This record gives sequence, C-alpha cells and structure tokens, in this order.
Amino acid sequence: MGEFTVHRVRFFDYMPSAIRAMAFNPRTERLAVARADGAVEIFNFADNYFQEKVIPGRDGGTVEALCWVGPRLFGAGLNGAITEYDLENLRPRYSVEAYGGPIWTVSGDSAGTMLAVGCEDGTVKMFEILDETIRFQRNLERQKGRIISLSWHPSGALIAAGMIDMIRIFDAETGRATHRLLVERGAGASKSREVVVWSVVFLSDHTIVSGDSAGKVQFWDGHTGTLVRTHLVTKWDVLALAVSQDESSVVAGTSESIVVQFQFISSTVGRQDNEWVRTRTFKNHSHDVRALVHTETAVVSGGMDTQLVVRPLLDKVEKNTQESSLRKIAFPHRSLVCCAKKAGLLLFQFPEHLELWRLGESEGHGRAGDSLPVKRKPEKLIHLKRKGDDHIRCSAVSPCGGWLVYATVSGVRLYRIQHDNNNIGVTKVSKLPKSLCSAHQLCFSSDSSKLFAASGLSSVVVVALDPLECKHLHTLRPKSGSRQPVHLLCVSDDGKWLASANTDCEVHVYNLKKMKLHCKVPVYSSCPTAIGINPVTSNLVTVHADQQVFEFSLQQKEYTEWSRRLQQRGLHPVWLQRDTPVAHITFNPRNPAHIVLHDVFMLCIIDQSLPLPEARTPLLNQMMLRSLPEAERSRQSHAFKICKSFQHLLSMTLLDDQSLVAVERPLLDIVSQLPAPVRQKKFAT
Amino acid sequence: MVEHGDIRVVHRGGSKINFRDPVISHDSRLLLCASGECVKVFSTSTEECVHDLRGHTGLVTGLLLKPSNHLQVYSCSADGTVRLWDFTDGILIKVQLPSPVPCLPSLWQPPAHTLFQLVAAHLPQSGDQLVEARELSAVIVDVSSNPAAIGEFIASAKRLQLEVYFFKKQKFFLKEDNKKGGRNTFTCVACHPTDDCIATGHEDGKIRLWRNFNQKKEYTYSTLHWHHNAVSSLCFTPEGTNLLSGGVESVLVQWRYNQESQKDFLPRLGGAITHINVSPDGALFCTSHSDNKITIIQSCVKVSAVIQGLVQGDSVKTDLMVDPRSKALVLNGKPGHLQFYSLQRDKLLYNLDIVQQEYIHEEGLQQFEVVKAAFNASGNWLATVEERQQKAAELELNLKLWEFDEQTQSFVLNTTISAPHEARITAMSFCLAADSQTTVLVSTSKDRHFKAWQLNSNTHPYTGPSWSCEFVGAYHGLVPECCCFSADGSLLAVSFQEVVTVWSPSTWELLTTLSQPPGAVRDLCFGRLSCSKYLLGTTGNNLLCCWNLLTCSLEWSTVMDISLLLADPLSEDMAAFCCQDGCTDLFVFKPNEPRPLFSHKAVCSGKVARAVFAPREEMLESCEESSQWLNRSQLYFLTQYMDLMTFSTKAEEEQLMASSKQVETTVRRLLQTPAHVLPSTSFLCSMFVRSLLISVTDSREEDKQVKEEMESEKEEEDSEGEMESSTSRPEAAAQGGQASESVAPPLTRAQVRELRRVKKLDHSWLSDILHT
Repeated sequence: MGEFTVHRVRFFDYMPSAIRAMAFNPRTERLAVARADGAVEIFNFADNYFQEKVIPGRDGGTVEALCWVGPRLFGAGLNGAITEYDLENLRPRYSVEAYGGPIWTVSGDSAGTMLAVGCEDGTVKMFEILDETIRFQRNLERQKGRIISLSWHPSGALIAAGMIDMIRIFDAETGRATHRLLVERGAGASKSREVVVWSVVFLSDHTIVSGDSAGKVQFWDGHTGTLVRTHLVTKWDVLALAVSQDESSVVAGTSESIVVQFQFISSTVGRQDNEWVRTRTFKNHSHDVRALVHTETAVVSGGMDTQLVVRPLLDKVEKNTQESSLRKIAFPHRSLVCCAKKAGLLLFQFPEHLELWRLGESEGHGRAGDSLPVKRKPEKLIHLKRKGDDHIRCSAVSPCGGWLVYATVSGVRLYRIQHDNNNIGVTKVSKLPKSLCSAHQLCFSSDSSKLFAASGLSSVVVVALDPLECKHLHTLRPKSGSRQPVHLLCVSDDGKWLASANTDCEVHVYNLKKMKLHCKVPVYSSCPTAIGINPVTSNLVTVHADQQVFEFSLQQKEYTEWSRRLQQRGLHPVWLQRDTPVAHITFNPRNPAHIVLHDVFMLCIIDQSLPLPEARTPLLNQMMLRSLPEAERSRQSHAFKICKSFQHLLSMTLLDDQSLVAVERPLLDIVSQLPAPVRQKKFAT
Repeated sequence: MVEHGDIRVVHRGGSKINFRDPVISHDSRLLLCASGECVKVFSTSTEECVHDLRGHTGLVTGLLLKPSNHLQVYSCSADGTVRLWDFTDGILIKVQLPSPVPCLPSLWQPPAHTLFQLVAAHLPQSGDQLVEARELSAVIVDVSSNPAAIGEFIASAKRLQLEVYFFKKQKFFLKEDNKKGGRNTFTCVACHPTDDCIATGHEDGKIRLWRNFNQKKEYTYSTLHWHHNAVSSLCFTPEGTNLLSGGVESVLVQWRYNQESQKDFLPRLGGAITHINVSPDGALFCTSHSDNKITIIQSCVKVSAVIQGLVQGDSVKTDLMVDPRSKALVLNGKPGHLQFYSLQRDKLLYNLDIVQQEYIHEEGLQQFEVVKAAFNASGNWLATVEERQQKAAELELNLKLWEFDEQTQSFVLNTTISAPHEARITAMSFCLAADSQTTVLVSTSKDRHFKAWQLNSNTHPYTGPSWSCEFVGAYHGLVPECCCFSADGSLLAVSFQEVVTVWSPSTWELLTTLSQPPGAVRDLCFGRLSCSKYLLGTTGNNLLCCWNLLTCSLEWSTVMDISLLLADPLSEDMAAFCCQDGCTDLFVFKPNEPRPLFSHKAVCSGKVARAVFAPREEMLESCEESSQWLNRSQLYFLTQYMDLMTFSTKAEEEQLMASSKQVETTVRRLLQTPAHVLPSTSFLCSMFVRSLLISVTDSREEDKQVKEEMESEKEEEDSEGEMESSTSRPEAAAQGGQASESVAPPLTRAQVRELRRVKKLDHSWLSDILHT
C-alpha cells in the first residue's frame, strides 16, 4: 500500500445546520431538504441517495416549508415571501411577497395549479401557478390566529388547516370554513398552554390526521368533523406527519426524537373494518424530528441533529439489498476543503466565511502507526468573511497558495495572497472579466496560472491570472446543450486536460492547449461523484454514485483494458454495499498505477498492477496480509487496498512531498455542539 | 438381587403446581392445576384443595376446559393419554388413548429428536370410557412447548421464529432476524380473543404486538417495553381490552389494548412470574410463580388468595428433614426461611423466618442463606446455620438455636451464636438420645475443629437457659467432614478425611479410630436397632465400608459410588443412592445381611443429593419381601430438577384408587339393574341416611355414591348437548385434515408406525426433557 506521512487534521470545525423541512417528489424521486441556514439540498433517491444539488442559503432567508409542484420546487419562510428555486442555475428564481406576515406552511394541490400558503395573520392565501411565475388569486376566510399547517384533500376541493387549539376545514371553491375541529389541550399543568397543531394530513377517505404540541396524534372524520381516535405518542410535541402514497401508513415525528408509525389494518382476517393502529417506533435521532417523508419503501426523517436518516420499511423491500440498509447521511457529498498541494495550505469553506490554514510540520522518523513530534503547529492564516447576504457556494485556493477565490449566488471574488515571511497580505482583485459573474464550481490549474469556473449551461470559463489584470481567455462549451450545472471540475497536472461533470451524468473533456472540446465520455446512468486525471498516463478515472469505477483513456478516447476487465469481473459486493459515495480521487505521481480515493469511512488505494479481487475473497484483507509470510502475501493480495483508520473523513489530498493530508470531522464533535435534546430516554421510564 | 417388581417412582405430595398454566372454572370458583401425576382442584376463595383428580400414570402436561361443557376438563399427560374429568365432583369420564386435542397445549415427541410436534386429533364419538383416537395429523413439527391458539389460527414461537398456522389456509413463518447484540428470542406468545393480533414476549423484556400477519411480508408490529428482563408470560383478558404480562420482576403489568401508554402495575408478588391466566369472565387473574405458588388476583388490584405448594428454589442447601413433632417435611423455603410442609395433607404448614432480614430481589447480590438445620430427637430444639460469603469479605456465620414454644406452637429463637466457627460448617448433628436433659449439638467445620454445644441452665438467671460451647475437639489438624451420633447417644463418630474417630459424648474422650484409606469419608451412619453395633461410611473412592464397633474392625466393604447414604430411623434398613452413568440407582439393605432388600435401577437421571425417610402415619402391612422396607416409612428424594419423588407400592396405589373404584362398580350395578327391580327411591334414601348415622368412615363413600347418581343424570343431559355440538365437529376436522395435507407433509407410514411405537413406550423420560 505504501507508506505516507499523514497530517491528521481535526481543526476544521464544520457544523452542519439542522434540517427544517423536506419534500419528496415521487415522480422524479428527488428529495428536497431545507436546512436552518436557508440552504436547500436535492437528493436523488433513484441514484443511491446522491446529493445532486445544493442551493446555498442567504442571511434571513430561513425556509419553513417546501413543496414540489411537478418538477418545480417552491419554498416559503418567515420572511413572508414565496420563492421558486431555479434548479438549473442553483439559485432562487424569483420571490413573491404574500403580504400576510411570516409564512408557516405551503402546500400545492394534486393538480398542480394552485398553491396555498398559511400566514401569521390567519389567512390562507391561494396562488395560481403560471408557467413562469405565480399569481395571487384570493384569500380564504380569515381566521383568528396563525395558520401552522395545511393539507389539501386529494380531490382539491377541501383544505385542512392546523391552527392554535383547532383545525379548520375550508372549501377551496367558496373559501368558506366548513368545519371547526377543536383540539384538546394537554392534561395537568399544560392545560393553560394553548396547543399548536404542528402538522395535519388530509386523506382521500376524508380522514384528517393531526399532530399537535400536546403530544397527540389524532384521527378525525372529515365528513362530520368528529374525533375518531387519539393516540398519546409523547409527552412533548408531535412536530411532523407524513403519509405513504397508498395512504395505508402514517408516520409521526416527535421532539422526543422518535418516529412512530401508524398503519391502517384490519383487526381480523377477511374483514374490511380497517382502523388506524399504532405499530412500529423508530429511534434513529438524538434530537427533535422536524421533517418527515414517507416514500414507497422507507421513512426519511431529519431534524435538529442535522442527519438525514433513511429508514427502510423491511416489509416493503427485499432483504440484503442496497435499499434494505439504514442510511444516515451526515456529511455533504461535495468537498468543503481545498488543499494547496505545493504550498501546504488548507482552505476550509463555511457558509459565512473562509479559513486558510498552514499545515504543521513534524520532525524525525517513526515506524508505521507512530505519531511524530510536531515541530510547528498548524496556524490559521486568514479568516475571510464573505460580503453580502448570500452564503458561499464554492471556493478554491491555487496550488501555489497565491490565489484564493470564492463564489456566491450573486458573484465571484478573487483574492491575491502574498506571503512575506510572517506577514500575510490579502488583496482583492478588483477587475474581473464580466463572464465570471457566477460559478458552480471553481478550480485552478496546477501551475496556478489559470482559473476555471463552471458557469451556466455546463460551460466552463477560463481566466488567465495575472497580478495586474485577469483576462477572460475562453469559454468552453459542451455540444450536448445540457442545462444542468457542473458539479465536478478536474485539471490534469500537465495542464493539458480539463474534465467537467454535470448532474446529467455527462463528463466532458477539454483540450486546454487547443481550447476546445476533446471528447465526451460515454454517459453512464449514475451520476459521477469524483473524477481524476492520471498525471502520467492521462487516463480519466470516474467513480459514480452506484460505486462503479471506470478508467477512460483520453488518447484513445475509449475505456482502457483495465476498466473493461473490471466491468467484466464486476466489483466486489462489499465495495458495492458501501453507503457513502467516493468524494475525491488523487494519484501518486511516483507510482502511476495507484489510484488514491476516499469516502467518509475509508481510504482506498487501487493498485492497477495487481489482480482484481474475487467475490468470495475478503475485500478488507490488509490485517490478514500483514500476518502472512512474504511469498504467501503476494499471492493473496489484490488491487483494492483499504484503510479504515480514518473515520468521518472529509478530505484526503496527497501533497507534493508525498505526505497525505486527512481532514476528519468526528461525528461526536458535531453532536457535542448541538443543543441539549428535549428528553433523554432513561432506563425503565 | 431382588427385583423391584411393583414398586414405582411417583410424584406424591410437594409436586410443582407451577409446571403448567392453571385453569379457572367458568364460575371463577375453582382453580385447576397440574400437579405431578394428578390434577388438583382448589377453591379460589378458601385456598383449600377440593379434589385430587387421580388416574394419570405420568406427569400431567396440560389442562383445558371442554369448550362445549364448562364443567368438564381435559388433561393430557406424559403417559400418552388424554382424560376428560368432571372437576366439580372429581370423576373421570373418559380416557382417550394418545390423542392430543386441538387447541390443547399438548406435547408429543418422537424419541429420536428433542422436538415437540403439535398434532391434531379427531375425537371419535363413542360411549365407552376408553377411546382410542386413530386419526392424528401433524400440524406443526418442531413446535415450542407452549403455543397459543384462538379461533382460526395457532401461533407458536420458538427461538427467533414465530409460526402462525391457519386452520383454513396454510402456514406462514414470521421470522425475526437476530440483530447484532439483540436478545430478541421469543419467550412466550398469546393471541387476542377477537382481533388478529399476536402478542409475543422477548428475552430482552420487550413485548411485540404482531398484526396483519395474514398477508405475506406485509406483517407489522408495535413494541411495548417495560420489563427489564425476559417476559415469561403474556395473557389477554377475555374481552381483549387488556394485556397482562409478567416476568422475573414479579410485577404484574396490565397494558390497555390499543392504548399502550397507559399501564397498571401490581408489584411485590413474590417469586418470578411464570404463568398468567384469566378466568373466563375476566374477574380473576391468577399468576404462577417460580416458588411454586399460585396467586389469585381480583381484577389486577387485590391479591385475594395464595395457593402455596412446596417451595422449590434452585437448590436446597439444608438436608431434607422430618419435624418429629408435626411429621412435616422441613427444608429451605423462601430465601432465609425454613418451610414446614405436610406431606400427608400436601400443604405448606408455615414458614419459619430464620435470617430475619429483608431479602432483596437482585441478581448477584450475596445475602444470608440457611445452609444447615437439625432437629433433636423430641423435636423441641432446632438448630440452624446461616451464612453469607461476599466476594472479598470474610465469611459471616450464625448458629441459631430455636426452642419449640408449646403456647404459640412455633419455634422461638433461644440463642444466636455469631461466628461459631472460623470457617464453613461442614456438618451438624443433635444427639439422638431420647432424654432431653443432656441435649448436645455437635458441629464440624473447615477450621479443623469440631465443637459440642450444650444447653446450660444456670448461666443467666434472667434470660433463662441458653446454649454455649462445651468442648472443642480436633484430630491431627485434619478437617472434620461429617459427624453422627449413635441411636442411644452413647457414641459420636466424627470423620477427619480418611480417619473415623469415635468419641464418648459424656466424657469427650477419644475412644478409637477407624481407618480405611485411601479416600476421604463422605457419609457416616450408625446402624439402628439390631444393627446398632455397625457404623457405615462411604468414601471418596467409591467404597462403602461397614465397621463393627464391638471388634473395632472392618466387617465388610464393597465398591459403589454412593452419593447419599441414610438410615431409616424406625428400622434397620439403610438406603444408598448410587450415581452411575448419569443415572441414580437405589439400594436398600440391612448392614447385617449380605443381600440388598431392594434395588431399583435408574430411579431418576442425575445425582440425588437429598433424601429422607418420612415415618408413615399408619403402617402398611405388606408381606412381600421387596416392599417390606416401605412399611414403616416412606422414602422421599429430590431429583436434580428439584422434583420431590417417592416410592409407592402397587398395594398402596390400589388403596388410593380403591375408594373411587368401589363407588364406580356399585354405581354401575345400581344403574344397570332395571328400574322396576330396584327398591323405591325413598327406601334407598332412608338406607343412605341411616348409613350416614352409623359410621363416619363409610359416610364419605356413601356420599360419593349419591353424588355419583346425580352425576349420572347430569351426564345424560350432557351427552345430549354433545349430540348437538357434534354436527359442527367433523367439518372442522375435515378442514384440519385438508390443511395438513396441503402444507405439512402427511405422515409417512414409517412415521405413523414410529408414533404407534412411542405410544406404547414408557413416558417417564419425557418429564426429564420437560424440565430442560
């Protein structure tokens, strides 16, 4: 596997923000997740839960509710505006003020023509959805007290609205309230406290399910407006409800960190008198469950503990498949760390600011596994606050450490960094070419002379860097005409090739000498999660969300012999069962046959000179190999060499001096920074 | 060698009443439970035993009220029969040769495998008392020993698998994976009376309610968790509104069905709960406990009655003893107590609190335990030893002496000697001499001394007489292992490893030493009556030695691995339990005769460590040579599974059965005689009344006779009822037959033959497996 000096970096105090709202589009199988800082993330459930897109948030732009209407995504928040998101340019498309105070909830009808929002002032406002925008239509009968939750009846004729101490049912045609369901307050001391109906679900058989702050899940008859059944689920709040597509199962998320399932089943065989029965309880969170989605096969939950949990329903999925394992998505699927290979600098990206650190130095030599004495401690050089309201989308530092760039939704800022012994100077490059107005992904060439910025329509803008003036050199455009954003950029070390990947699963390779498109890699069905160009052989290596690995020869414009062999043999089942995507690929210039890649839980070196593993042999055999004699060892070893000594790995880079930089963010550190949960489960309570 | 002939090993008295679920009758007045080889009928209000339903010759393994007649009960037994009883009058109605009834938790087992099979049997309609059921169909192979059934299906949970068998359709498997570190093995199962809901208890203390199991894969469950240890029993109330659960915590938990966050508790019920049952009207609950107790509870609020059997813990530390006064069996009872159990009346008399400290129910906590006890010959003194050994701490020992108080009719603590020895006491014995003036107690200990304790009356004028140490003896620094007084109290034998020393209790002089090395002496016993010149001992290297005390030489010795040697106090007979190949054999012999009087191979499996000769109330008059030794006393012993067993002769059993048999024949004659030949009823009545007036002993029989008459009328009515109900039955059986054909592979001819063969076999081995 080779020996490396490792910089084990744990000073990146990245803190994900809590999940506020979720919406699932069953047609496209995309999940939209809104976080407390206003960021909206899109996960593709059809493609191994890959985080395809991230729309960064902005100050004061919290999102309280999300709603899909066809392929369009709407969000609304306490700033009182409804926002439609542009999923191609990863930015809000437009915002419409609702003029009703803070918006608590937004809900679209099943036909996709109307959008209802619930406002602080007690109005339910109906908006007509047009092709390009939405238009206010009318108010439903105004109530006293805020509207917390809304749910359309699948026919579109009725709307249920959860309020303080009650639920109202409106006729969507006339705008009149037809029923008023009074929700009982909690017992005892909380009798005087008003009860908030946090969530309401209107089923097609006119059953209304409500979850409230007294810890009850209640089933109502919508025809008569009477209470059918009360389930006291928790002592605290029931915050979220979600219903399955066939309306046979309802899940409720509570602030006690549990998710409770209710199922509509018959009490005796062969009878049709189905009733709602409390069944399973899921405990996968440590804090409040704020958002819930019930997909066909799983319960997806998120909340204050920032993790997205996909809990498969084992009666709906086949055993021992990708779908049947519990997934906890704790870290973003894109890199927040950029490393200057030559200068030994690390750039950490936060929504609010950037941090530039110089790596420490060690002295002496040790055996494998020893920790070396530190000669110079790592040092924070720059703390750069962003300008404006928009959060940082992407950032990069040049390999020489002389340039720093970041992009927000609204613009790109480039800085020149001058190291002068102990003094650091940061100067903003004021004149930037006009074509560099926004970027989805940023990247410097290895000689730090050019900046590449992925822009709209999958194009890449090339800018020549010069301390005096930065000039726009060229805009590289693919021929496919895809409108999807580029999420990966990669430059070869010799500066000849540039590869870009977009969320349409396309990978384009440009020849930078000729400044034109070299070729397009055959499109694979799964989205690439990491790409890299081998500096010696100029082969492009791509790893996809379904864990497949391909190697594409740029000279021959075809898959290499090794890649074909790998596809014929098939990857090891253990490799395919991993549940985090490969985040980064690098190469060891001293040993061109080695591909170094990592995901959150492992570091892997693929040695192309060794035979591929059989499905029967163990994939993780490093410890076993160590105990074998030399001759036996070479017979047993195979191409995949996996090291699991680093956990919660956010970034792994090979510096020019053959030392590895591993950036870890232990999950425990994140958990310790979270606020105390409402209630800890104690034994026998 | 004398063969044992007609002597059988039986359960009689002190049997487990918590072995299987008890049954409460429809009117909640009677409680039925399997107890050894009979079924006991208790009154739920007075706790008294009303009837003993005797007739099975093997362990009774299940009880079920007859659905069509709630005054009759089915019982199944390891002897391979199912019997139908009228339990209000205690009459056997029908015997069915091997035919477990559907829905009866019945057990069947091919001997080659340790599997239980649930079989459905079609009960033929027949007027005879003895019926053979021929149509057997296996329903579930490899079933747990306690399935639950309701209406349309049977659920059986075993290890990690829950099987549901639908009588109409087919069988499903609900299987739970054992997750890493999860302890979700099934422990018990119960079915909701109306809804399709199965409740299962698990090893980790969770209760799961399974629903929707009639569809493949779509089943679902909810989890209830209160117990911190395995749930041992579950039961729904008849209306299905409540679910009851219990476990080692000895707390009865009542869950509201469909409103599981509300639950009620009834704590501090005693031992761990093993079974929970509800009366058909839901008014009474009863819980069986691991300390052989049945508690009757009125609607989960109040304990109304406690039926206590012989308390059987995990082990008995004290010897089995017979209280010379009450003739009760005395042994460890509740923790820190001695129990006095009347074997004649099969009833616990009382518990004597020895330790007098609160017992804390917690695993791994070392608390004081009674380890030794002894009575003197007249029974007015009781000596007890309690000890506590904590891991790092020193051994704590207390010797207590109790005097029988005539006024209160119980034992009163007289003297407590703390730390009587520096190490564990190995044996303790009272002088058996009848004169109570010089009562001497000898205790031997690991601290290489033996001590003699005596009552001295003149030390404390205020507190009365108390006990103190009179003599400390030792022999070459060896550890004394056992001690024994001769019957007249003139000699004391103490064994020091290989050496037996004989002392004079009056002068504390070492009279002689006897030695038969190698091997340490394990048991010592003086002969009685005509054999009192003999001293018998067993050694560690499988030797039984008999010394003649007159010549001080070895009379004879034989090679035998004897685990227990004891002498009958009323005769010369001695009993030796020998452990061989995992089985225990019994030999009864006289020290002066070379041939054993009686031998019984394979009395039980495992080692017998405790046994006692209990004197009989009335002497038997058996002239057979092999059973003469049972005339004066009865030999009781404890098996390794803590079953109290005894030996019974055919004559004795016949005597027990005789009364009812006699009644049966006379009644039959009475009924078979044409009515016009019989004298008038008024005449018979006056005859009967007169018989009551004449004799007390006869009256009982006559009484039964009359009841029998009434019963026979009732029976006729019943049989009409059966005729009506019988129309529905063949249908159900046919469905059952179809189901078994479609799903379970029908029994092959060989299997059927095997089953037949098993039927003929002795079923006593089953009782051993039932314990495992």
